[in-house]
Amino acid sequence: MPMRLFYRVFPHPFLTLLLIVVWCLLVNSISYGTVVMGLILGFLIPIITAPYWPNRPPLPKPWLLVSYFFVVVWDILVANVEVALVVLFKPNSRMRSNWVVIPLELRTPEAISMLAGTITLTPGTVSADLSADGTALLVHALDADDPEEVARDIKARYESRLKRIFEA
Amino acid sequence: MTLILDILIVVLIGIGATFLLIGSYGLIKLPDPMSRLHAPTKSSTLGVGSLLIASMLNAWVHHDPSVHEVLVMAFLFVSAPISGNFISKTHLHMRRNDTDLPCPPEEKSWASTAPVKND
Repeated sequence: MPMRLFYRVFPHPFLTLLLIVVWCLLVNSISYGTVVMGLILGFLIPIITAPYWPNRPPLPKPWLLVSYFFVVVWDILVANVEVALVVLFKPNSRMRSNWVVIPLELRTPEAISMLAGTITLTPGTVSADLSADGTALLVHALDADDPEEVARDIKARYESRLKRIFEA
Repeated sequence: MTLILDILIVVLIGIGATFLLIGSYGLIKLPDPMSRLHAPTKSSTLGVGSLLIASMLNAWVHHDPSVHEVLVMAFLFVSAPISGNFISKTHLHMRRNDTDLPCPPEEKSWASTAPVKND
């Protein structure tokens, strides 16, 4: 029962936390005043927006997001250099642009949008579309000889981690 | 100490500017719209990222610590994939009858190319 009351007051606890942090960053200082103001915003905004976002996304293992973040940052660094080399030194005629189809095991919309965002942020791949029933992702790869291999890489590196974070 | 940090800031600005330049060059050099989309998404990550880290270091060295850059980076990383997705969806709409687009498994169409239902 107390849990119910808590969720009635804070429909999205993580959003509340995020709003407090963002408010403190915007003000550029941490004092009682800013934290209280952040708390007020974190209390009001989720309640106002709750009708548009009725379901609380399940997040069984939020701490794994930290390691996921570092994996993605590292991949962005490595892939940036690779793609820069491709752009600079590979003639267009030898460029193998390809569409890649990634069949999805993820079902949570939040997890799928996070996977799509990760794919776009790591250079060399851009997520273009989702199939009409949400079970496959269409990705464009800038320079991939083997589309199957790109799909396998993405599934092993990002999708398995996201599955553990959102759907364990 | 300040000298070392200043050198680090210069190096970071150099890296950021280089990647932004390569991104812009890629925009001209790459042959088709979908490939061109790759160039801006990469310059917005590492290019702008290292410029922002340089800005943060600079503010810290000159005793006026600022963390706004973290927010800029966060908003950029959230909005860049969405704008990229919008551009590629528009592209898919424009090439409706093209045949080299692979079909999704167990499903007839992608969301952008699905026939519109009038109910």
